[in-house]
Amino acid sequence: MLSIGLGHYLTLAAIIFTIGVVGIFLNRKNVIVILMSIELILLAVNINLVAFSIFINDLSGQIFTLFILTVAAAEAAIGLAIIVVYFRNSDTIRVEEIKNLKG
Amino acid sequence: MIAHSVFFYIFSLIAIVSAVMVTVSKNTVHSVFFLILDFISISCLFIMIGAEFLGMIMLIVYVGAVAVLFLFVVMMLNVAEQKGQWFSSRWDGGTHIPVGLLVSLIIFFELIIVIGGWKYKPDLLNSLSLNISTEVTNTKSIGNVLYTDYILLFQISGMILLVAMIGAIVLTYRERVGVKRQSYVKQISRERAEGVSLVEAEKNKGVKIDA
Repeated sequence: MLSIGLGHYLTLAAIIFTIGVVGIFLNRKNVIVILMSIELILLAVNINLVAFSIFINDLSGQIFTLFILTVAAAEAAIGLAIIVVYFRNSDTIRVEEIKNLKG
Repeated sequence: MIAHSVFFYIFSLIAIVSAVMVTVSKNTVHSVFFLILDFISISCLFIMIGAEFLGMIMLIVYVGAVAVLFLFVVMMLNVAEQKGQWFSSRWDGGTHIPVGLLVSLIIFFELIIVIGGWKYKPDLLNSLSLNISTEVTNTKSIGNVLYTDYILLFQISGMILLVAMIGAIVLTYRERVGVKRQSYVKQISRERAEGVSLVEAEKNKGVKIDA
């Protein structure tokens, strides 16, 4: 319990990942919170990679974390741009009212 | 060692609580602030574990750029006034909440089972090539690898950022009509004859100007 090992970090990452998934499922507010939940999921992945990289003493995990950071930033920018355009067109980003693609 | 564990538990507790608050809080602006808190505590964990370059990069990229971008969009779209509408405030007979909770619980237990039962492959630790040396700093060792072995991936990530930037600009660009603006081409290509006209003025009569 007192010495922190790899399992502690992996458990933390699993908890944060699950919170992100719950956020995507249960969100009825607006799409921005869904984007934030995706950021949480990517954060959990980053924790996993960094923890493995430190505990097996190999640097490539940290390199990959850098690339994931890059892609996450790009994804956030594009997603927010899409949200802005959608809000301009239909005046709402509430999840309940976005159902143009409903089959 | 004790201090390390205590700080690990403090930071991870803050991270988990703020992650819950991101999804639960009624106000979107509060969600963004809790997201920032989450990133800060996780980057403290990274710095503690020995990946200080990534911790600092997380602070700069996420807190400095992404979270501020979220804040800008939240304030620009004026969604903060939608408070009081929690995700379960209007039960419309849908089944998404039980299904969502079930799927999330299944995912969580799968992850926990994997964490409890996994093992390294026996030849993994011998096949690693990028050992972390304790003599150079974390930043220097990352730089040594990033600009040599991973140079192509590095360039591709630069391209990804460029494409994202162009895409965001193209998506949100909107031509506004009825706005007065400077036209450099028009200004530069103006001839002398358009601007100045010489008039022969007669004595005691003046010059009549008609525009």
